[in-house]
Amino acid sequence: MEQLTQDFLRTKKLPHIWCPGCGNGIVTAALVRAIERTGFEQKDVVIVSGIGCSSRAAGYLNFNTLHTTHGRALAFATGLKMARPELKLFVIMGDGDCSAIGGNHFIHSARRNLDLNAIVVNNHIYGMTGGQHSPLTPTGKKATTAPRGTLEPAFDILELAKGAGATFGAKGTAAQPRQLEQLIQRAANHKGFSVVEALSTCPIAYGRRNKLGGAVDMLKEMKEKSISVERAAKVDESELEGKTLTGVLYSIDAPEYSEEYYKSIGKEIG
Amino acid sequence: MPESKPVLMQGNEACAVGAINAGVRFYAGYPITPSTEVAEQMAAKLPDLGGVFIQMEDEIASMAAVIGASIGGMRTLTATSGPGFSLKQENLGFAIMAEIPCVIVNVQRMGPSTGVPTAPAQGDVMQARWGTHGDHPIIVFAPSSVYESYYLTIAAVNLSQKLRQPIIVLLDEVIGHMREKVTIPEGKLMVERSSDKTVPADYKPYDEKGITPLVPFGFGHYYHVTGLFHDQYGFPTGDPPQVERALDRIHEKLEKYRDEIVLTNYIGHKEPRVAIVTYGCTVRSARAVVKKAYWQNRMPVGLLSLQTVWPFPAKEVEELAKQADVIIVPEMNMGQLVGEVERYAGSEAKVIPLNRYDGEMISPDQISEEVGRWL
Repeated sequence: MEQLTQDFLRTKKLPHIWCPGCGNGIVTAALVRAIERTGFEQKDVVIVSGIGCSSRAAGYLNFNTLHTTHGRALAFATGLKMARPELKLFVIMGDGDCSAIGGNHFIHSARRNLDLNAIVVNNHIYGMTGGQHSPLTPTGKKATTAPRGTLEPAFDILELAKGAGATFGAKGTAAQPRQLEQLIQRAANHKGFSVVEALSTCPIAYGRRNKLGGAVDMLKEMKEKSISVERAAKVDESELEGKTLTGVLYSIDAPEYSEEYYKSIGKEIG
Repeated sequence: MPESKPVLMQGNEACAVGAINAGVRFYAGYPITPSTEVAEQMAAKLPDLGGVFIQMEDEIASMAAVIGASIGGMRTLTATSGPGFSLKQENLGFAIMAEIPCVIVNVQRMGPSTGVPTAPAQGDVMQARWGTHGDHPIIVFAPSSVYESYYLTIAAVNLSQKLRQPIIVLLDEVIGHMREKVTIPEGKLMVERSSDKTVPADYKPYDEKGITPLVPFGFGHYYHVTGLFHDQYGFPTGDPPQVERALDRIHEKLEKYRDEIVLTNYIGHKEPRVAIVTYGCTVRSARAVVKKAYWQNRMPVGLLSLQTVWPFPAKEVEELAKQADVIIVPEMNMGQLVGEVERYAGSEAKVIPLNRYDGEMISPDQISEEVGRWL
């Protein structure tokens, strides 16, 4: 894999705060490579993030970066995008940030179909606070606030987004960074609200408690359990049992909100 | 300055028109009584001006969207009432910390909680001061007429830009829904924004030396905006000396520009024995009392009305206390600003709270009776 573009990194701010074995670095690198692939001008790119481990990525990326309050990243991004529709916004959120405290903003962003690129870094746990269960923690898995395993069912975040009106949904993993990079690039080129769910690893706060092994074991399992939609189309259905589908799960053409708004007031964007 | 002809206008409408005349082109909000007319006015007017109106999913999102749009370089407004104002507090704190200009109108209603949604009250004085967590500076204007709603909103927008500080315009239901004759002066009302795209290459959005212009996103200055304590470039820091310095810095800017921020008005006797200190719609009843007592009967009575309630006009109240023996503080709450008056006037004058909290206005008779008791 080629070197990361140093221009897009705030190298002076490194090393990052993430624990050894954390998937956030892989996801962040995929994002940087994806932005490079899009050919967007650096000055037009904005990184917005919420609160949590993965949201700290914004501080390491050399763009205009906005590190917001817990769960509210999409609401801040909505204001910015409406004010400056020519900008390209990537919104990094963790699973708890996006689907619990930010759940309302998430479904309404999907409904409006505003051209924002949401990247949900899903490690199934609140890592920064030490391992509490989130709405994306699988049923039965343990957390500090679910010491006997959570009884709650988890959201399927991409289905939730689709039901709410999102027009692009893709799933990738930290175990397959090249695919993830391509998915983020496709999301960026999609006009409308896009969601990329990036499955990630938290060996410290999640893996350890659930006896999933170290970072390498977790990544290996993640890779073994996933199958791309392209490959899934070719294999027997029995082979899909227990597998996670990765790739672009849906991509729909629909009117994009900022474009519709500016058209309605007779003003050109840019 | 040439004057246009007088128009009949509602307080909420005056906020909207004032904001627009001060260059506001972005509004995000959520419906709530008794502030909804502000949103309705903005929804009707902004599209024709090329501006953005968006109804968000909740009050939290409205506050967030306003901050986002400000970072994009727009002048922004949102309006709400007590319950919604509570929800805005989280991101209001963010805007204070990250020094993002914006104006928040809070048309107060009777609380706590859902309270009496259509009844007036002045119960959010302390929420406006201390609603968001941490030691933060805050600027709060409280208009006492439709015209004041208009010009204080303009002042709020301009000052917010200049200081990179969120400003609250604290109306009450009476002022918000009251209709009065307003003569709107023509001419330029928009003071140039502090943001400027021509800044040095080594741009410090949080320069230690003072307020630097906010360069909107998208112009090639790759700084960081966060609610965390940050260095001069916006990057997070937990270093104790830097943290202390950063907190001092956001407070110092209000001290430095105090004379532009703190607005009060005194009417009545030059050497009053009994003075009234109040704000918002209660000023109207107090004014009626002073009219009769001083203008008609030359009694030693005066009224200090506070257009700015926070930062508290301590100096003005201290000076008043040197003259007056008694200071009466009428408020449509159980006594909120009276504590501040006591703090600055208590050693020189007797401070008397006069409260009403049944969802009705304090009448001139009520104030007059109290004034008479001390004359």
